Amino acid sequence: MPQEPSAIRTFLQSRGNSGAADATFRWMMVLCALSIFAIVALIATELVMHSQLSLHKFGLRFFVRSAWDPVNNNFGALPFIYGTIASSLVALALAVPLAVGVAIFLTEMCPKALRGPLSFTTELLAAIPSVVYGLWAIFVLVPLLRNYVDPLLIRALGWTGLFTAPDFGIGLFAAGVILAIMILPIISSLTREVMSAVPHTQREAVLALGATRWEMIRMGVLRNARIGIVGSVILGLGRALGETMAVAMVIGSSPTISKSLLAPAATMASVIANEFAEAADDTYRSALIEIGLALFLVTIVVNMLARLLVWAVTRGAPARVS
Amino acid sequence: MTSRLNSSAANRRWRWFANHMASWLSVGATILVIAPLIAIFIDLVYKGASSLNLNFFIKTPAPVGEPGGGMANAIVGSAVLLGLASSIGVPIGIGAGIYLAEYGRGTKLSHVVRFTADVLNGVPSIVMGIAIYALIVAPERGFSAMAGGVVLGVMMIPTVARTTEEMLLMVPHSIREAALGLGVPNWRSMLSITLKTALPGVITGCMLAFARVAGETAPLLFTAFGNPFVSTDLTRPIEALPLQIYVYALSPYDEWHRLAWAGALVLIVLIVVSVALVRFVTTRGALKGAS
Amino acid sequence: MGVGIEVNKLNAWYGANHTLEDITLHIPANEATALIGPSGCGKSTFVRCLNRMHETNPIARVTGEVKVGGVDIYSDTSAVEVRRRIGMVFQRPNPFPTMSIYDNVASGLRLNGFRNRRVLDDVVERSLTHAALWDEVKDDLKKKSGASLSGGQQQRLCIARALAVDPEVLLMDEPASALDPVSTAKIEDLIFQLKVQYTIVIVTHNMQQAARVAERTGFFLNGKLIEFDSTHKIFTNPSDKRTEDYITGRFG
Repeated sequence: MPQEPSAIRTFLQSRGNSGAADATFRWMMVLCALSIFAIVALIATELVMHSQLSLHKFGLRFFVRSAWDPVNNNFGALPFIYGTIASSLVALALAVPLAVGVAIFLTEMCPKALRGPLSFTTELLAAIPSVVYGLWAIFVLVPLLRNYVDPLLIRALGWTGLFTAPDFGIGLFAAGVILAIMILPIISSLTREVMSAVPHTQREAVLALGATRWEMIRMGVLRNARIGIVGSVILGLGRALGETMAVAMVIGSSPTISKSLLAPAATMASVIANEFAEAADDTYRSALIEIGLALFLVTIVVNMLARLLVWAVTRGAPARVS
Repeated sequence: MTSRLNSSAANRRWRWFANHMASWLSVGATILVIAPLIAIFIDLVYKGASSLNLNFFIKTPAPVGEPGGGMANAIVGSAVLLGLASSIGVPIGIGAGIYLAEYGRGTKLSHVVRFTADVLNGVPSIVMGIAIYALIVAPERGFSAMAGGVVLGVMMIPTVARTTEEMLLMVPHSIREAALGLGVPNWRSMLSITLKTALPGVITGCMLAFARVAGETAPLLFTAFGNPFVSTDLTRPIEALPLQIYVYALSPYDEWHRLAWAGALVLIVLIVVSVALVRFVTTRGALKGAS
Repeated sequence: MGVGIEVNKLNAWYGANHTLEDITLHIPANEATALIGPSGCGKSTFVRCLNRMHETNPIARVTGEVKVGGVDIYSDTSAVEVRRRIGMVFQRPNPFPTMSIYDNVASGLRLNGFRNRRVLDDVVERSLTHAALWDEVKDDLKKKSGASLSGGQQQRLCIARALAVDPEVLLMDEPASALDPVSTAKIEDLIFQLKVQYTIVIVTHNMQQAARVAERTGFFLNGKLIEFDSTHKIFTNPSDKRTEDYITGRFG
């Protein structure tokens, strides 16, 4: 004999089907995810649209001309391309050996108690804003370079033509040094991740053959992690290419190409930072935006390449570095 | 390879030497890396702390040459910008994260979204600034706090989305089943059960994104632009702490340099506290009780 | 009062895997029905088809008819509504970790929009009493989290939670397999009391358990229902040789 449904059952029956609410919610979440595409599309569109003026005026030769003359509306981006590449290369040359060294120390040699605080410290380096690095670089690093390091470099390596007087401290080399400090944490932490992903059996196999610890690291770990380390270096390069504030503060902002690394220069990011807000002329702004477009494309390609390499190595064993 | 490992006496000595060299070099590298960090912190405290007084927090910049000014406009400005940025970046980022972890799991679309988010994280912030300039500042014919807030908010989205996804994936499937088995609608289960369980981790992800954009300067150079007065008007230019530090650092005035150091100290403290909190919550178990 | 379940030619697939073949049976109201069979025979899948929980897997597919109290749960109503009438207790206790004991039991109602505080207090007490847990937790209802109880208590909490929405049928998928013998005994006693008000379907790999608590038993093998009869008959004089082989321990 069917009973009177309880108050609870009546209430629940009245709640009905949640189909509409579920579908609406799902679409909202999909939209949020699609917004990420929208953002990339937006950036690309705005950059391309607003570079048109400069593209039409100078064509693709824009990237191989050296002029930068706002007064006469004559623009060429070569000095900035040079500055970007040169400063990034200096940064990589300094950062990569150090970063790999730190990674080796932290994953293979470090006593467990120190590992936590040390890795926290390197994480902290990554959290410092660019402008603070720039501030410190202007008032501490540059005088240090100008008074102690640069004279040494001029004396020892001046014959190469890469380090010649006059030297004011600020310049391409200073930018390279502060960039090195800034990209170090990312190269180091990714290298640690790929090194940790190498299975212990590889290490044990080499040790069982009578290898020293360094040989075990070199043959058992680094050799296997090679691809991933290259990937993390490229990721560091990607970061260096786009770094703006610290570079803008110490590079000297001079749209010139010099042989000496100690001379002032400018990068693609630094010229935009320094000149965009005051650029009154449409062509001027368009030239700067075109530089921005080039920077956008280059960093996307570099980052994609780096991600693919790192994913290829760590996908099988996603390591959580303590 | 075996020939290199054979044990002639000279060979053994060289290998022993190489091993020790490698150890010392790695230790040396670590010290060289830690040194700038320590130097920066010492300088920040030494040069910045002396200028940190009440005036710093409540006064706006004094005319050049006069002492006693402060960075109240920058502090308020940063607060406004970050508030606006969070209101854009957090909801959309969490929504994208929910999609990646719940609705899109395993689908091709989610793979592409994830990859795009990671790539977006690598786009230089100044390029983002140009895009928002073109989108908002140029048509409106003026720099504004709105533009600055939008660019920072947009920068938060990929980070928040990825960390939200990670945290949601850690919620055990049995919890979701329990909610669905009770006849709870899908959307309610996702918000009140799954997201709520992962909430500590999701919040720390938002804080990470927040800390990152708090220090951003480049995109604000031609969106928020700067303002010597305290302002909360979203349609006018506004100051921000990192922006002010940049301008002061490049100026020729000692008094402004001192303020720049003080501002940098405040900024760093804010960021270090966030990073430490993140570490604390995630290592102590963001999902305590869920295992 | 509980209702009966009519299953007619139920077939289930997970992707290309034909997990259930032409299942037809009638589960009587206000009785406990046990489903036994070796691992992987489809009994868990079957039970999940009864409250459409198998649909949470995107590659799952079902044909056939399942009528609960005369209502076809696939064509006449939505999955969410079905699950409010047919509750489920899972193999591993799964209380909500961020909620207190009170909130856990009240969750089914609260998350469906129920607000009345006094009625909720009443429902929570009644459900916990029904689940034989009230005396043990009545002082810590809002202080302790659901996850801080012992395994056996957690499972009884999950039973209370399922009962709070006043279902007509309670499905139990090996509810005691993760518990110690004392808790298992408590849960079996519970089933005796719950039978009075609800229809119970219990999946178990423990034949003695089936013999103790259920009036009817169904034997599954390789996705097919081999035999379905009174428990007494299944265990003393089964009609099918395969049933006899299983209960005498020849396999499974």
